[in-house]
Amino acid sequence: MFVISFVNANIIIMKPTDTKNPEYYHKVVDCQYACPSHTPVPQYIRLIAQGKYTEAYMVNWESNVFPGVLGRTCDRPCEPACRRGRVEEKPVAICRLKRVAADYKDEIDELLPEISKIKNGKRIALIGAGPSSLTVARDLAPLGYELHIFDDQSKGGGMMRSQIPSFRLPDEVLDYEVDLILNMGVIQHFNTYVHSMKAVLDSKEYDAVFVGTGAPKGRDLILPGREEGKANIHIGIEWLASVAFDHIHKIGRKVIVLGGGNTAMDCCRTSRRLGGYDVKVIVRSPFSEMKASEWEIEDAMEEDIPIIENHVPKEYVVENGKLTGMIFQKVRAEYTDGKRKLIPTGEPDAFYPADDVIIAIGQENHFDWIERDLGIQFNQWDMPVVSPETFVSTRPDVFFAGDAALGPKNIITSVAQGHQAAISIDLYCNGEDIKQRPLPGNNLVSTKMGIHEWAYDSHVTTDLRFKVPHADKEITLKDRTMEVELGFDLETAFKEAQRCFNCDVQTVFDEDKCIECDACMDVCPTDCITFTTNEDDEDTLRMKLLVPAINKDQDILVSDALKTGKIMVKDEDMCLHCGLCAERCPTAAWDMQLYLYNAANAGNLSYV
Amino acid sequence: MTFLKPKFGHPRLPKNEHGYTVKDYEGAISTLCAGCGHDSISAAIVEACFDLNIEPHRVAKLSGIGCSSKTPTYFLSNSHGFNSVHGRMPSVATGANLANRNLIYIGVSGDGDSASIGMGQYVHAIRRNLNITYIVMNNGVYGLTKGQDSATADCGSVAKHGVPTAFQAIDMCGLAIELGATFVGQSFSGDKKQMIPLIKAAISHPGFALLNIISPCVTFNNNAGSTKSYDYAREHNAALSKIDFVPVGKEITTDYDHTKVNVVELHDGSKIKLNKLSPEWNPHDRLSIVTALHEARQRQEILTGLLYIDEQSVELNDLINSTTVPLNQLTEQDLCPGSAVLEQINAGYR
Repeated sequence: MFVISFVNANIIIMKPTDTKNPEYYHKVVDCQYACPSHTPVPQYIRLIAQGKYTEAYMVNWESNVFPGVLGRTCDRPCEPACRRGRVEEKPVAICRLKRVAADYKDEIDELLPEISKIKNGKRIALIGAGPSSLTVARDLAPLGYELHIFDDQSKGGGMMRSQIPSFRLPDEVLDYEVDLILNMGVIQHFNTYVHSMKAVLDSKEYDAVFVGTGAPKGRDLILPGREEGKANIHIGIEWLASVAFDHIHKIGRKVIVLGGGNTAMDCCRTSRRLGGYDVKVIVRSPFSEMKASEWEIEDAMEEDIPIIENHVPKEYVVENGKLTGMIFQKVRAEYTDGKRKLIPTGEPDAFYPADDVIIAIGQENHFDWIERDLGIQFNQWDMPVVSPETFVSTRPDVFFAGDAALGPKNIITSVAQGHQAAISIDLYCNGEDIKQRPLPGNNLVSTKMGIHEWAYDSHVTTDLRFKVPHADKEITLKDRTMEVELGFDLETAFKEAQRCFNCDVQTVFDEDKCIECDACMDVCPTDCITFTTNEDDEDTLRMKLLVPAINKDQDILVSDALKTGKIMVKDEDMCLHCGLCAERCPTAAWDMQLYLYNAANAGNLSYV
Repeated sequence: MTFLKPKFGHPRLPKNEHGYTVKDYEGAISTLCAGCGHDSISAAIVEACFDLNIEPHRVAKLSGIGCSSKTPTYFLSNSHGFNSVHGRMPSVATGANLANRNLIYIGVSGDGDSASIGMGQYVHAIRRNLNITYIVMNNGVYGLTKGQDSATADCGSVAKHGVPTAFQAIDMCGLAIELGATFVGQSFSGDKKQMIPLIKAAISHPGFALLNIISPCVTFNNNAGSTKSYDYAREHNAALSKIDFVPVGKEITTDYDHTKVNVVELHDGSKIKLNKLSPEWNPHDRLSIVTALHEARQRQEILTGLLYIDEQSVELNDLINSTTVPLNQLTEQDLCPGSAVLEQINAGYR
């Protein structure tokens, strides 16, 4: 007869997970990890559930600078990452909860950083007044920098103002958040187009120059008839800007919008508000490959805008000097080795009548104003060579961020890059090495309040995602400045907030306390926890868990050897953070600990 | 404190023949102390029923009174259940079994419920070979009344109150073998690898199948000096065999050494494969297991695994030749066949 024994010291085994690395638990907070700015999402969602809207706003403001704007317009990389979307159909409506914080907050003047009249003697030029520039200004103004912001538009906001229509982002919301920054003593040079970087640098007025000029040039589509029909053929972003600044007030009844991105969606919906009745979006490729966000496509289709796929534009048809429509070739998509080819179907070309055509097929950077002999190197695509970590150019006192740095992305990416550029500028102006990046703040603290009582609401609701109500279409289509989305009311906001799993409350395991009673493994509603013998490689270990951990994007938490020689393995993939493992643990080997991760910012100031 | 289990399960949970996931076999969230061995046994029952493709409505779970007897709430929510009087589960189970022999009966009891107040019931259920999987969740202590020694506490064992037990322990397995039980297994709640195939075998066995499972009471009997603690059970666990359950229709394909491996075929065609760890023991030989139990006691070991099985077991209903039709499905014609039949019966006595 034998006593059961598992220990075998001679084999190579999986090492326990290093949870001291701040990125381990950060990665468990899927939404925050996916956010370019690493906004502590579960933290502000909890604050919303507690009715602390002002605090929730400030958590956002510190991290993403434009909560009101982003609560309406963000590309929401957090939502596809949301764990809830892996367990049920739809993720938490994170973006729209952010708007709740902005909609219901109180006065925040008291919470804003104090701007000293005494400056630190450093002067920075910010070229462009879009999201990245404003982020740099927000981060540096409290540190005493004298900031000069330049833009050819009459107001700040950049593409947030010129490209996002008012029915998605009302002017008041944008003005408020832009002014919060400009009022920090930023010296404004609006209606001023900077023609020459050389002039800026030669003036020796500035200790550093930041470029946040975005991607201001819309791509054209040259086809037969382009020149003859030019009066009724518009470039998407230029047209949107003209509408935003009240230069254009109407469009023809029949409109064709070319392109499948978010700009195309904004163009077609704006057209519907300026007199367009029969508005169509026509794309080259299949519907499923459209670049626009799913919800923006939905909103466009709800406004009776059909999207016609697999039509390649061939010609602008102009009769008697006037545009009458466009001819398209019909194609189908074929995929070989992951590469797509559009093959003509052989059907006759299609003609669609139009009074106006809007081209929204992409946008480009524009750097004619930067002379090429200033030490600022450009690459083969005529883009400045910029470090993706420090955002410095090849000239140590010139920094880039946002669309101007690494190509067009989105607002939240521009903000994130702006933060990094601000850190670099601050280090540079203090004579420090910009490669020595400040570390993120992180804190792990138990939420235990008593036996089986936690400082967070651990209950898991089964509510499905709530829909944001829309204003009546009849009314919104008549007024281009009337916001379509109404935002959540507080009752719905609470319920939606409760759908959050609190992924920042971590399941922390202490092998020294474990008595291997299996209680956690038995109770776990999603079978995340397995006690098993160790393996010499991760893949084998992943496959022998209660439910094999096949989602490699998610880590597994591996413990050190326990008394019997077995190890505890937890697959982070489906964990609901319900705390049941810790509640059923007799020795508190499991604990639910709140993990706060704050990405570093210039001067490491905190506003919450 | 959480009283409701989250409804969400792992989206990639495997399904059994009936399309159920293991979640469909679970029960309400346990209100036993955190870390209670009983919860592991509940989880093993859930796993065993899922693996055996048993439809939950074909199971009746019965219990008496005590911590152990609360557990049927925590497994098989979709099965029939009866929480009976203290120590009287065997009687209720006998009645139910005679009334409907087509259900699968799982009785859950504890050391208090079976070894003290229900001892008289326990022994008679064994004698009669009642067709039931009878699980004793044995922790050697009265947990529900705050930690007094039970009749299975080993002499000299110390529970949380600190006074060594003065009396001899009742050995549930030894007693069952003495009384002619046809299936006797012993296990430890911390060893699911052994527990799950044992439960599957017990369910597949026609007749009384005892599983005496050492199940530590984390609150009152998990301290140093206790012979029913997690540490003690692990250190003194002496497995007779490594046990595999081979369901009906599955063949044992690998070659095995017949001197070391015992394959026991159950009446329904399923098999138990026993990798013998102890050479002198034979699962079909009562004498060998009685000796092994005594020797283990001297060595202060807890003998675990399938201790004894009688493959020729004839269960109670077959012994008394009871009807195969559930009583509630018998018609008036079946029960009252008329005067001609009565005449015949009476004639038999003349």
